[in-house]
Amino acid sequence: MSLTVLTVDDSRAMRDMLRHSLTAAGFRVVQAEDGLHGLEVLATETPDVIVTDINMPRMDGFGFIQAVRQDEARRATPVLVLTTEVDTEKKNRARAAGATGWIVKPFDPTKLVDAIRRVAA
Amino acid sequence: MEDPMAAIRVTFFQECDEQLAELENGLLAMQDGTAEAETVNAVFRAVHSMKGGAGIFALDALVRFAHVFETALDKVRSGMLAASPPVVAVFLRAADLLADLVRAARDGLPADETRIAEMTQELSRAGGAGDTNEPAHAPRGEAEASEPGKPLLQIWHIRFTPHAELYAKANEAAVLLRELRQLGQARVTLDSSRLPDLPDIDPEGAYLSWEIELESARTEKEIRDIFEFVEEDCELEIITSSQGFAPGEVITGDNGFKFEFFGPPEEAADHGGEEREAETEPEQHGPAARPPSAIPDVSPPLPPPPPAAPAPSPLSAAGKSERAGVTIRVELDRVDRMVDLMGELVINEAMLTQNIVESGLAHSSKLAMTLESLETLTREIQDSVMAIRAQPVRSVFQRMPRLVREVAAMTGKQVRLVTEGEATEVDKTVIERISDPLTHMIRNAIDHGLESPEARLAAGKPPEGTVRLTALHRSGRIVLEVEDDGAGIDRARVRQKAVEKGLIDPAAQLSDEETDNLIFLPGFSTAAAVSDISGRGVGMDVVRQSVQALGGRISIASRPGRGSTFTLSLPLTLAVMDGMVVSTHGHTLIIPLSAIVETLKPRAEDVFPLDAESNLLASRGCYVPMVDTASCLGYGVSPAAPEDCVALLVEGEGGGRTVLLVDAIHGQRQVVIKSLEANYRAVPGIAAATVMGDGQVALIVDVDAAIRVAGAASASRTAAPKIMELQERAA
Repeated sequence: MSLTVLTVDDSRAMRDMLRHSLTAAGFRVVQAEDGLHGLEVLATETPDVIVTDINMPRMDGFGFIQAVRQDEARRATPVLVLTTEVDTEKKNRARAAGATGWIVKPFDPTKLVDAIRRVAA
Repeated sequence: MEDPMAAIRVTFFQECDEQLAELENGLLAMQDGTAEAETVNAVFRAVHSMKGGAGIFALDALVRFAHVFETALDKVRSGMLAASPPVVAVFLRAADLLADLVRAARDGLPADETRIAEMTQELSRAGGAGDTNEPAHAPRGEAEASEPGKPLLQIWHIRFTPHAELYAKANEAAVLLRELRQLGQARVTLDSSRLPDLPDIDPEGAYLSWEIELESARTEKEIRDIFEFVEEDCELEIITSSQGFAPGEVITGDNGFKFEFFGPPEEAADHGGEEREAETEPEQHGPAARPPSAIPDVSPPLPPPPPAAPAPSPLSAAGKSERAGVTIRVELDRVDRMVDLMGELVINEAMLTQNIVESGLAHSSKLAMTLESLETLTREIQDSVMAIRAQPVRSVFQRMPRLVREVAAMTGKQVRLVTEGEATEVDKTVIERISDPLTHMIRNAIDHGLESPEARLAAGKPPEGTVRLTALHRSGRIVLEVEDDGAGIDRARVRQKAVEKGLIDPAAQLSDEETDNLIFLPGFSTAAAVSDISGRGVGMDVVRQSVQALGGRISIASRPGRGSTFTLSLPLTLAVMDGMVVSTHGHTLIIPLSAIVETLKPRAEDVFPLDAESNLLASRGCYVPMVDTASCLGYGVSPAAPEDCVALLVEGEGGGRTVLLVDAIHGQRQVVIKSLEANYRAVPGIAAATVMGDGQVALIVDVDAAIRVAGAASASRTAAPKIMELQERAA
């Protein structure tokens, strides 16, 4: 059974890139354009790992992670933040919201796949 | 199979265009003071997103500058920097540079490093503190911040968990910790939580781990070197954080990859006053291997959720949210193909109708009804298909603020651009072609229309001139207006110029409107020396020609001292048009319905000879020059007397009227436009061609061009005295 990964990113190029890298690694990929959309996707999908951006319209990554953690069924789902932010304050905010890890863009596809495999284990 | 990275690259640049537009709009709103709180976020996000995408493709200059820009914007976002007009002005110029960098990256050209350096400085000056361009903030992770030559005091979090082998190899944890203390200020915490009860202790086991907070300017490598010989026999985690970020696993890789594992969320919640011992229990696994299912209830999230966060059960809210306008992306080629097929369908439907009518079957009421509903359906399909390719003019309007800034800077004028009707939709093929004329009109409005700030003040106007760009739909066409509140056209000078250039007769009597529109005549250029800005070697006549090639019209109206308005009117689509089917000299022609004011049958007593070849027609109290369509298109002179012909009263670009004579009218219908240039070559007086219901090709007349060919345009001016004379006689 291949792992399902939900990616949440408002950039089409980034979504395409993630789909490309993660599909190549054998993951099943579902995608959302922002936090709210991500929550909608979660109504029907049960991903093994979630990878989310921080800066997004409508609902940003912080709000999305908090909402995910408030849901009983998603409490255990690892959420990795994939962002260009290197700011410690933001990192701490993501951590407080319930993120499982922090990955700085631009990402190395192999390492990202490793990270996903490890947190999903 | 297409290279997926190439496709992603294309997507990236498309997105850049969208984000650049968003950026510019947001900044303009900030400049106008109409910005909302979300605007600043959107502006920041646009730059941020471009930086992220540029990273994928290693577009370093773009990443670097986007980062500098983003840092400055973030200061505004966080309230550290006020978005004062000078600051926003710098941002707008930075946005221009960013757009240029995107373009350079797309075209594979080198980035303009000089401009980047200048703008970086400017941004840093605008931001007050000079830290916007600190290289240590490069997005490639901050771990490199402690590179040699840059002694930066940092807090290192080190977690050291010796395995039994370490002790077995006669290493001593205490010695290593002592060495660590040599590197800087260290706070060492012992984690003894895994120490079993005394009876269970294995004397050679390893149960202790240490957490060290080391304040040091040393590099990670220097710290690791201490543990060099025990690396295999312990777990060692070293991360840096300037704010006491809790230790976690870090994976780094090439090209700046960095992954930090935070651990389960509850740690963040209770890391407050308590010791961290609790979090280190499962010693064999790094925290990354901890099963996610171990995560207990989440304590109340510390910072309060942003306002966008939904209430208690967000997941059930799916579908309810306002995901406005679900869209799909379709390749333009497919849509174009559909438009072409739709054209064929229209032609076929016309053929079918014609064949049925000719065979006399149309009398069957059933057939007539079916035919009618087919026609209605065809029309509806056509409208729907054209709607797919329709786009708001926003994409073109968005390019204009930059143009205005540049021209304003060049001319030393103060200009405010106001746009209206950006959502007005028009066929994509038309959009692509309005940019140039619009650019020219705006340039002209600023360069020639608006006065200098001093002159404006002297005239009792505000020093800042306004250029208003409006788009609207009017009777099946799109109308674009460029209005300025400048001095208006100097009619005396225009007239003098036109006489000097031999464009009009010195005695010609012209209305104000006619005088204004002289600027569109070929060979007319008001500026004594063609200015670099308005000119670019192109006169308004070229603009007019390109507009006419699209089946459009351009005109100008001026109010002395109060400004001028350029009006550009274009068909909504270049695919189909409504036309009048006429015949002359045995040829079937289409006259665009939009040009026809009236059709009439001339009476002999209304025709007044002007000279050997031309006549005037009295119509509703006016005298209008008559043009024989057949002869002006080179079919030969029609033998019929004017009163035996049908007269089409048409209106030209400048509003001037002319009568076109044809042999007969066959009705009006929608025709599919087929380019003559693409299939044959350009023909003077002919705009395009179409295929008729009987399969014959008919030519679509370019009314203005045809009149020009006939020389009627100049005739109408020499005719002026004659018309005056006739009118006086009539009165």
